[in-house]
Amino acid sequence: MDAPVLAASVALEDVLIVGGALFAIGLYITLAKRNAVAVLMGIELMLNAVNLTLIAFSRFVDFSRFGEGTRPIDGHVFVIFVITVAAAEAAVMLALVVAVYRHRQTIDIDRINVLRG
Amino acid sequence: MLSALTVGAAGMVIVVRNLLHALLFLILSFVGVAGLYITLSADFIAVVQVLIYAGAIAVLMIFSVMLTPLSDRDNAEGLLRLPALVLSGLVATGIAFVAIETDWQVTSESSFENTSVAIGEALLSPFVLPFEIASVLLVAAMIGAIVLVRED
Amino acid sequence: MALLARWYDVRDLGNAVAGLMDALRDAGASEGLLYVVAGLLGALGILGFVGFTSVINIWVERRLIGRIQVRKGPNRAGPWGLLQPIADAIKLIQKEALTPKLADSAVFTLAPIVIFVPAILAFAVLPWGEGMVLADLNVGVLYILALGSTSAIMVFMAGYASNNKYALMGSMRVIAMLISYEIPTVLALLGVVAFAGTMSLSGIVAFQETHWSWLIFFQPLAFLIFLFGASAELNRSPADIAEAESEIIAGYHIEYSGMKFGLFYAVELVNVMAVSAIIATLFLGGWWTFGLNEFVPGWMLFIGKVYAVYFIFIWFRGTLPRFRIDQLMAFAWKFLLPLSLVNVLLVAVEVFIWTEYEISAGIVLPIFAVVNFVLAGVLIAGWARVMTRNYERFPRRARLVSEIDVPLPAQSGSAARAEA
Repeated sequence: MDAPVLAASVALEDVLIVGGALFAIGLYITLAKRNAVAVLMGIELMLNAVNLTLIAFSRFVDFSRFGEGTRPIDGHVFVIFVITVAAAEAAVMLALVVAVYRHRQTIDIDRINVLRG
Repeated sequence: MLSALTVGAAGMVIVVRNLLHALLFLILSFVGVAGLYITLSADFIAVVQVLIYAGAIAVLMIFSVMLTPLSDRDNAEGLLRLPALVLSGLVATGIAFVAIETDWQVTSESSFENTSVAIGEALLSPFVLPFEIASVLLVAAMIGAIVLVRED
Repeated sequence: MALLARWYDVRDLGNAVAGLMDALRDAGASEGLLYVVAGLLGALGILGFVGFTSVINIWVERRLIGRIQVRKGPNRAGPWGLLQPIADAIKLIQKEALTPKLADSAVFTLAPIVIFVPAILAFAVLPWGEGMVLADLNVGVLYILALGSTSAIMVFMAGYASNNKYALMGSMRVIAMLISYEIPTVLALLGVVAFAGTMSLSGIVAFQETHWSWLIFFQPLAFLIFLFGASAELNRSPADIAEAESEIIAGYHIEYSGMKFGLFYAVELVNVMAVSAIIATLFLGGWWTFGLNEFVPGWMLFIGKVYAVYFIFIWFRGTLPRFRIDQLMAFAWKFLLPLSLVNVLLVAVEVFIWTEYEISAGIVLPIFAVVNFVLAGVLIAGWARVMTRNYERFPRRARLVSEIDVPLPAQSGSAARAEA
């Protein structure tokens, strides 16, 4: 619609910082939380941060410097692939959580330590 | 403001003690990211974000919480709390430093007219092989998930 | 007086807004202010329409179902019972808004409010008439699907926060059903989008206008799949397993009372209107009606079509019994999904033929229409025959247990009594 008006209010640095903050929060959740579903949430947040950064670069970076064969839309295509992988990963993760729960009656990843010697 | 909403909701995912509340804040954060996509004139990606993340992945998470009824529903941190805090703090400062200090060659003219058409053409001409591999990956994930939870 | 001249042109309500815009622009308003005013006017118009119809539709629906089921329906409050919705609303507002003690009170209060958001947002992309569209997104179809997929989360919020096992059961049923029925509906709309070559809703209407036909004639299979899929997603009878009174009392809104329950009741009506409007836009030409829109305002035709589709939903509700949950799931996965995949394949082949051999639309589209209608009939009848092959068509005579070879269970109760 009125993309120029909106775009003027956003700068590349702001978006990158938001992406960085999201990534850090996702990293913290992934590492620190005990619940397997919470860990999955952290992973999804990190993927989101990466997507946001990709979109920001594809919107702002001057692609004419890189010569032929690189277009801004490639960033969007990458994001589509990342979302695909995220969906597949979430499905497998759900299956893993349910499978582990069947055996151990818990999804607390600090207590899933069967492999420990 | 969208950025504040997104990051704030993501932060609440850490703070909130109830796993399902954390999930709801995560969904809010996903929607905020979709709003940011719109401001970056990526409308197709924004809609796909809502459709896949808020619609599908969040529902999968709801299912994975609900199918594990005997496990505890709290959202507590484990043993790795301090290292995780340090590491993510380092990552955040590193990214912020790079984002501010780098002299980006910014352009303002590249706003797309119709991203869905461009994405479609890009997916089917130069990215055909990754596209097919992605579909194979999805099938593999689906079969894998079915095999994992099959009652035998 | 240019303003007044255009103001009275009811063929296009947008003209009124445009006239007001011109007046404001003459008065020296800035473009930003004009944008905000136009957006607000459109939003107010849509909210007014949604509010008015959801009030009037309570009466319409109850009267019509009454007629279908050979009873009278509400007929006491006001002429023909027209004031019944107002009486209902007053009753609901007067009631105490209870919150269960162990409920998650924040989420419990939030759920009926946020569930309205996707329902109303769906109206924003609909073209009400030529040029009368609030936000003409070029991903309009996908936008509507995304909104539909988020409503599962709101329902889950309501069901989970009530802290009631029936509510939770109902909301999990809704989620399972929504994600099952999303796949056939998305694939059905994929056929429409591939055929029209655009995802913008006004673009699809323009496609139907340029080819002088409605898309239902080219996509009958997609229309039927979307109709059944949407009627399941709407959570209405015959697919209202989420709130099946006889099984799980009232499903996810069992704990809600007063106006919070009223909100759930209203959002159902708004959703029906939204889905009817989407069907009217995608398959029935939106405001375009074979040139009739030259004489009658486009938005009136559009609303007429919306009510025609709405009547089909009321008809479903009034006549069909409720499905079991396994029947609904089987219907989505075993019946609608294969048919929608075949439909997508068919559309792909047809679009390929059309664009690759550069046949003019006048020759190729009637052929497609005939082929698609025949194939839709054959596929539905044939697949239904295949699916029901192993079922007995008519129930046999009831048989006694002693007639069939079932070992009778030992009658332990009487034996024990005899020993005593």
